[in-house]
Amino acid sequence: MALDINSNKYTFAFSTVMVVVVAVLLALASEGLKPMQNANIRIEKMQNILSSVGVKTTAEQADSSYTALIKESFVLDVEGNVKETPSQEAFDIDVLAQYKDKEKLDADKEYPLFVCEKDGRRSYIVPMVGTGLWGPIWGYMAISSDGITVEGASFDHKSETPGLGAEINTSWFQAPFVGKKIFNDAGEFSPIKAVKGGAADDDMHGVDAISGGTITSNGLSAMIANTLKIYTKYFKEMQASSASVDISTLPLDSLAVDSLALDSLTIDTLVSQPIK
Amino acid sequence: MFSKKNLKLITDPFNDSNPITVQILGICSALAITVQLKQAVIMALSVTVVTGFSNLVLSMIRNYVPNRIRIIVQLVIVAALVILVDQMLKAYVYDVSKQLSVFVGLIITNCIVMGRIEAFALANKPWPSFVDGIGNGLGYGLILVTIGVIRELTGSGKLWGIQIVPDAFYAAGYVNNGLMILPPMALITVGCIIWFQRSRNTKLIEN
Repeated sequence: MALDINSNKYTFAFSTVMVVVVAVLLALASEGLKPMQNANIRIEKMQNILSSVGVKTTAEQADSSYTALIKESFVLDVEGNVKETPSQEAFDIDVLAQYKDKEKLDADKEYPLFVCEKDGRRSYIVPMVGTGLWGPIWGYMAISSDGITVEGASFDHKSETPGLGAEINTSWFQAPFVGKKIFNDAGEFSPIKAVKGGAADDDMHGVDAISGGTITSNGLSAMIANTLKIYTKYFKEMQASSASVDISTLPLDSLAVDSLALDSLTIDTLVSQPIK
Repeated sequence: MFSKKNLKLITDPFNDSNPITVQILGICSALAITVQLKQAVIMALSVTVVTGFSNLVLSMIRNYVPNRIRIIVQLVIVAALVILVDQMLKAYVYDVSKQLSVFVGLIITNCIVMGRIEAFALANKPWPSFVDGIGNGLGYGLILVTIGVIRELTGSGKLWGIQIVPDAFYAAGYVNNGLMILPPMALITVGCIIWFQRSRNTKLIEN
């Protein structure tokens, strides 16, 4: 009985076998390569976090640079309080998946914060995620230890238009963020906005938007506003505590030391003196 | 293994039957991915691998494929190979795969792949088909590299990401040709290459 390759039965059988074989092959390849792919993604995340404080690393150096510079990381809940027992390490939290997950309750959401120590200064790095024109956009913003000033920002995207919205991941777009402030002089939260038509030179809360990339720029502004809002409580507490220990702002004569002999100066004596 | 006939399968696509300049296939990726030399080279290697192996596989099963689903079967095999290439790029050269991003998936739509399957693999034995696929991929690669060098050098003053045009030139008033980064100039460049090739190669001149 000759095999009629153009018969219906054969056609069905052939298609079935082909589909099964291809599916198995692709599944095997995908599973086999997954560890390497995930390692690459982790390294890229480290590189992005570091670039928000202006540290550029190669893929090989990323791991060691990251461990050297990022000293702490913790997780905040939606209210802005530090979570004592987060479900995962801060680094492993997939903020993009959390952003897209419509089912997740606000109470379960977790917001990582990374602390970088570089040249004796601490920076607080906030991962952000939002929506651009064609797909998700994300980034990291580093806030200095005063809780107000931006030390740097890095952004990236999945499928924004090359030359337009995609420019958010270039240095010309990210550099102006350095030195901006996320709280205004009255202490109110004032997130950085990408201003269409260009931000004024003395605008502490604005950067130039991208010409021809309005929707991406607006999405970026919304991303910054919505994400940083969660962290405002933490940063306000940081501002309050940094103000209270900043004795360099106190006038010297309020420390009643001049009436004591220096060799009898002890911690107890100092503490008992009134600071006016 | 490399008989005179098979050797011709590799050398022909470099000149006499170049997929881009003579068969006029694969133009889209030639315009899109040649802004930087590195991307062009990676793309050329990927297309060569995909064309070679899809030719090989299709040729091996050519006597068993029902005629009615011929095109669908080709699509499935090519798509599977492209996904494999994409997964390997993500695992082994992650930063390059990010630069290529959507273009790797678009190899499936590259006319060269399906074109060679229809024109050659379905009517020839596996080994010659594989060689033909590799040859066409390399011929495509030659043109891609040529355009990539021209566009990256004139459009950004670099080659493979390394600055070639010295700063002194920029200080003296030299400006990168921004038009070269856009697809229309790439198309004109392809046209110029076709013009150059036809003027040197008399076999291609139509009467």
